[in-house]
Amino acid sequence: MTIAGLLSQLLQVAIALLLAPILVGWVNMCRAWLQNKRAPSVLLPYRTIHKLFTKDAVIAENASPVFRVTPYIVFGAMCCAAAIVPSLATALPFASAADAIALVGLFALARVFIALAAMDIGTSFGSLGARREMFVGFLAEPALLMVLFTASLISGSTSLPTIVDTLAHRELAIYPSLAFAGVAFTMVSLAENARIPIDNPATHLELTMIHEAMILEYSARHLALLEWASALKLFNYSCIGLALFFPFGIAEGANGVAILGAAPVLIAKLAIGGALLALIETLSAKLRIFRAPEFLGTAFLLAVLGMLVHLLLGS
Amino acid sequence: MSISPLALIAAAIAAWLAIGALALVRPHALRIARSLFAAGALVGIAIAAIALVALRGHPDTMILPLGLPDLPFHLRVDALSAAFLVLLGGTSAAISLYSSGYFRAEEATAPGLICFQYHVFLAAMGLVLVADDAYMFMVAWETMALASYFLVTTDHRIPETRRAGFLYLLIAHIGAIGILLCFGVLQGGRGDYAFDAMRAVTLAGNWPSIAFFLALFGFGAKAGLLPLHVWLPEAHPAAPSPVSALMSGVMLKTAIYGLLRVTFDLLHAQLWWWGAIALAIGLLTALFGVIFAAAQTDMKRLLAYSSIENIGIIVVGIALTILFKSNVKPLLAAIALTAVLYHCVNHAFFKSLLFLATGSVMHATHERSLGKLGGLIHRMPWVAWLALVGTLAMAGLPPLNGFVSEWLLLQAFLFTPSLPQSFVNMLVPVAAAALVLTVALSAYVMVKFYGVIFLGRPREPHLAHAQDAGIRERAALAALAAGCVLLGIFPVTVITAIDHVNEQLLATTVGRGGESNWLLLAPIATDRSSYSPLIVLAVIVAVVLVTIQVVHRLWHGRMRRAPAWDCGFPLQTPRMQDTAEGFGQPIRQVFEPFFRMERHLPTPFDTKPRYAVTATDHLWHWLYLPIIRATDAVARFAGLIQRGRIAVYLTYSFVTLLALLLFVR
Repeated sequence: MTIAGLLSQLLQVAIALLLAPILVGWVNMCRAWLQNKRAPSVLLPYRTIHKLFTKDAVIAENASPVFRVTPYIVFGAMCCAAAIVPSLATALPFASAADAIALVGLFALARVFIALAAMDIGTSFGSLGARREMFVGFLAEPALLMVLFTASLISGSTSLPTIVDTLAHRELAIYPSLAFAGVAFTMVSLAENARIPIDNPATHLELTMIHEAMILEYSARHLALLEWASALKLFNYSCIGLALFFPFGIAEGANGVAILGAAPVLIAKLAIGGALLALIETLSAKLRIFRAPEFLGTAFLLAVLGMLVHLLLGS
Repeated sequence: MSISPLALIAAAIAAWLAIGALALVRPHALRIARSLFAAGALVGIAIAAIALVALRGHPDTMILPLGLPDLPFHLRVDALSAAFLVLLGGTSAAISLYSSGYFRAEEATAPGLICFQYHVFLAAMGLVLVADDAYMFMVAWETMALASYFLVTTDHRIPETRRAGFLYLLIAHIGAIGILLCFGVLQGGRGDYAFDAMRAVTLAGNWPSIAFFLALFGFGAKAGLLPLHVWLPEAHPAAPSPVSALMSGVMLKTAIYGLLRVTFDLLHAQLWWWGAIALAIGLLTALFGVIFAAAQTDMKRLLAYSSIENIGIIVVGIALTILFKSNVKPLLAAIALTAVLYHCVNHAFFKSLLFLATGSVMHATHERSLGKLGGLIHRMPWVAWLALVGTLAMAGLPPLNGFVSEWLLLQAFLFTPSLPQSFVNMLVPVAAAALVLTVALSAYVMVKFYGVIFLGRPREPHLAHAQDAGIRERAALAALAAGCVLLGIFPVTVITAIDHVNEQLLATTVGRGGESNWLLLAPIATDRSSYSPLIVLAVIVAVVLVTIQVVHRLWHGRMRRAPAWDCGFPLQTPRMQDTAEGFGQPIRQVFEPFFRMERHLPTPFDTKPRYAVTATDHLWHWLYLPIIRATDAVARFAGLIQRGRIAVYLTYSFVTLLALLLFVR
């Protein structure tokens, strides 16, 4: 591990940290446009985070230390994931610390901690949110891994940089296995990032919220960290999707210049992806919670189909 | 002259027996029993240390002139048995330490007697692992079953406990018949029951398959494989917590040891379809276990079902090893076998930790039902924080130990190259999907377990007086938690040790191959797959520390406490939290066909509305009750001819004699 490698690693994480809130702002902006509303500034998430940091933290009387450390651990796990996901470059030193399976494990770690913190106060909404989040999680996680397995089988590796290298250098064509996997991945990402049709990031309506119910008791810096972490999660998922299905334009060295060169390409891809996400959210309605297994089961079956198609057709 | 490790191990096992016998001298003296438990812990550490040395050495044999004339006991320690001896010694040391602070005078069985049964149980497990002939193996195996039966029924004043103990003993014996028949097949008609003789025999025709499936049946009954799992969720909750920990953490692994010994050591060649069938059974067991765990409301029953799940995962690993070995893919077989052994050790650590934690909770609160606990992290911080480590490990989260073995198993699944059986090629990815579903569900179960017991608000007023565990109990829990962390962040060291077993059974290694170093686990090559828990942990810890510093420096660290917000709802009582039933409800709904559910719903006109739902096991109704009914019918028929008058019996004898004279002549 060289100093230059370490610096470019830090550069990637820093860019991820900076871009993540803007991505959320951009999705909100697109959605407002599509719904004929006046759009808030793309920098609004930044202002929210700053505002929250300046406020005094108010926590429940019976909150245990689990409740207080969770925002930091979740934020840490997401930063670690941002270091591993090949968003800008493939040859970064930390990328070998965790492959695709370990990455899914990191996301699970964050989810379990948020769920535990939600149960910590002992309110009805907290435990409701925890239960629903774990429910969505256990359905989404296998589907996500199946998508990653399909990509791993194609490239003969679970290491994300190798997968990206292999996929980026293949002939440009539509591969049926990846097409199935792509649809499945989109569905899983919607569920995992608390978007419509599984959850609604803009709601505080008691009966429908999942993610918001879990973080209901948080305020100030803890809430700011959790908001930032969920923005990072959306960013990480988007980058995984781009790396698997549109890997073109990623830097294949580990030097800072290449990374800065790859950044505009990534921003352009994210802008298109974010707009599409807003479109999906505008066009679909939220599902009842017990319709979620159908939705995620479909994603899971599509991913398995993708894998079987790969095994049968070899493409 | 140096003393062989085997002699030392035999001496240590004898020391366990001696400790047990000493406890009988004054069975009602609690203090003596407690110090003897502590001595047992030291013996456990000694066994683990000797076995670690033996793991590296050559196989070592010994003949003890005990038992029947002309049938001496053969002992042998090789890499496989040494690996399991390390597990036995290490785990039992912590559990013994815990026991030395756990047992109270008011148990239904005298403390000295418990101590005796406990150490006989430990010694029997040790002997199972070093046995080198079928005769001694069966003697040790049955001693183990009997000793654990008496331990399960420690609280014999409760009828359910006696019933659970009986069911356990029954299934243990049905399993023992399977093992006995398996050895009968393996000796190949020569009448020599030493394992060495069995290794020399080459079985013809279908006999190897018969031997394998008899072993799968016999050891499966002990391990809790479907459909022979029914004793496990009854016996584990009935036993005192240290005993549950020992049974779940160690005894189930002796069954895995037996299965490995028969499949890879005593049998020469494995057939691929054994693997396919074992894979199906293992996956079904794992899924079944975790789904039922999610629906449980008793904390020890929940852990018992989760043990069934983990045994399922281990059997999946064994199945993959068979599949790969029979298709001559030694490296993949070695990865799968490493995952099996790694998961055995991991499960021993985190499951013992959690069972012992439930023991402390039960002592502090006298409650076992999840619906009556809650908020214990405030009253019992030590137990709660140490149990959190076990919870995260069992949920299979990085950077703890449960994740490493699951990672290895998934690697074995993913690098399934084209096997000659195209049908298996299709099956393997789908099996991987089922495995991932199981792992994801176990995270659900663990959030339920931890959240309902330790987090939230106390559901009963008397929980406010709960006391944290004593110093010895804490030390034991801390040792197990440290084990979970160390096994999680230094996987390569552990795998290098496990490699001795790979070398013995498969003639390949994992840890030294590939591009692994002390920091990075890469069984094949870094660009194929790699995982470094230490780096992951370091990055997360670094980010957490830096974030705390930055937030507090750039902004501030002010904080105040206020009543919970809860969306502004004014009335909040602890009863408004999710109960265990509520938390399990989505699982019951999604996996409804798995359960046999009886619902009692209130009508709008009930004056005292009551809602009740019981979810039970289909297999009990489909498989066991018919067998019970058939046995009952046969017994009743036998009862018909049983008249109790000597004249009638003499008539029977006379008729039999006549019939014999007529037909046989």
